[in-house]
Amino acid sequence: MEITPVKHVFFSPARIWAIATNTLLELVRLKVFYFLLIFALLLIGSSAFMIEFNFQEQFQLLKDVSLGAMSIFTWLLAVLATAILLPKDIEDRTLYTILAKPVPRFEYLIGKLLGVLLLLLISTLVMSALFVVALYGRQQMVISETIRTSAGTPPEQVQEMLRGIKASTFTFSLIPGIAMIYVKAALFASLTLFISTFASSTIFTIMVSVACYFIGHLQGIARDYWLGSATTGPLPRIFLALVALVFPDLQLFNLVDDIVAGNSIPMVLFAKTAALGGLYTCVYLLVAYFVFASKEL
Amino acid sequence: MKDDAQADIEEAVRPLRERTWYRFTVVVAALLVFGGVKLPIERGLNEEYREAFFHGAKLNLGLRQQIGQLGFLAALGGFRAVVADGLWIEAHAEWTRTEWGKMLFIFNNVTALQPRNVMFWDMSAWHMAYNASAAAAQDMKVPRMALRLKHQHEYFLIGKDLLERGIANNPDRYKLYESLGNVDRDKLADHCSAAVAYGSAAKFADAPTYEKRFAAYELSYCPGHEREAYKELLRLYRLGEKEWLPTLMSRLKYLQETLNIPATERIKISDKELAPHH
Repeated sequence: MEITPVKHVFFSPARIWAIATNTLLELVRLKVFYFLLIFALLLIGSSAFMIEFNFQEQFQLLKDVSLGAMSIFTWLLAVLATAILLPKDIEDRTLYTILAKPVPRFEYLIGKLLGVLLLLLISTLVMSALFVVALYGRQQMVISETIRTSAGTPPEQVQEMLRGIKASTFTFSLIPGIAMIYVKAALFASLTLFISTFASSTIFTIMVSVACYFIGHLQGIARDYWLGSATTGPLPRIFLALVALVFPDLQLFNLVDDIVAGNSIPMVLFAKTAALGGLYTCVYLLVAYFVFASKEL
Repeated sequence: MKDDAQADIEEAVRPLRERTWYRFTVVVAALLVFGGVKLPIERGLNEEYREAFFHGAKLNLGLRQQIGQLGFLAALGGFRAVVADGLWIEAHAEWTRTEWGKMLFIFNNVTALQPRNVMFWDMSAWHMAYNASAAAAQDMKVPRMALRLKHQHEYFLIGKDLLERGIANNPDRYKLYESLGNVDRDKLADHCSAAVAYGSAAKFADAPTYEKRFAAYELSYCPGHEREAYKELLRLYRLGEKEWLPTLMSRLKYLQETLNIPATERIKISDKELAPHH
């Protein structure tokens, strides 16, 4: 029997997909989804605690707590799951097995990142579903309570009240906010992957990534000071310029606070911000590849 | 011998070090170049967000002293809404203890953190103008009635101030204009200002239809604007029977008499069509 040699392709989506699904499977085996239980408990707990507030306050608090928790969990998951990828593969020697095959290093990195992005996507979708269920449950309770207490009220007025309740719960304007939570987490996964390519330990990667998170939220202030005329002296200006140029402006991705407050985001603006998030993710991945390509393994 | 070994190691490590420095320089340069490219994009986006009323919170050192380091850090870290909610719950606890001063202090922080949340402005103003003012009027620790009424009036003004600041942050929403109209009408008896506030609320497409009526009613109480109010009430009356509400009919009858409208132009209004208090 004649064996025809398989021609090696420079870039193979199938190879990347294989690495991505394996990465996802590895992370799932680490029982990372257990945090969803904490999220669910948080939702139930906060729902029960809010009974003494009026319905507007209840929905406001429930939405803020849920979306805040989603934001924290996705960010933590992005940082922690990505930070362990490379060290774990080196420790398990899986990295050497993979790279000994004709798998280019950039495919390996893309596959790893894609695995984390899939994990983040599943987590965001599950948390969103839990959030919608909790919000709907609360809405039904408030509606039945309103109907019970408004006996004798003109039907038009009752309808107006019910409309008000429904308008305070889930609105489609929340979807871009949730999507932006995911975009921000994806950016962080990519940034953490970049850090882990030169980091000496997992702890170092996590620490630097957390520091980047806080600096990134202050980047806007640094940029305004740098470009404004308020700051004098070359040293502070150089420092501010470095912060403004090197770090991402993470405040741009914090949309849920204002969306829950009733702001609606124009779709063009949402698309531009999501594109910027995607650009950051790609740039950090490219830089990570540059470091990883010549790394001594 | 030892020196030779050391030199050999140095020699072997040198290219590695050079390569590390090379990589470091290239990475930093790439990030700086990318920074130069993304900077105008970020600034542009920030401007667009400001125009769309996003990111209006004022996180300054004053707020940092008031909400504590941890709260400020959380607010900076993208958890403004959660910190504001925590403070709101604290204000609720202070309400049960009728600590009005502490409540106002917290309300100022909550609204600084979430200036686009109409509910926070509205509820804060309601607590001050309605609850705190009523408590001040009944505060028997203050023996003089005049002083109690002065305190009550101060709380009305605090409520009004909260609403005015809320409107400055939310000029695109009708709700706070309506609440301002309520405070002006019910607490300050400033009907001219109430008419302006209801009139502003009525301009919004999503505002309830009663805003127009309320604006006209209040204008009818505003000295010097009777003719203007009469025209508006007449316009509403001519819209059809659904507008012939007791207060509208009462105010129309009052203005017809006050302005000496000729009998032929007057609308005949029977007593049963009038509001009970007329």
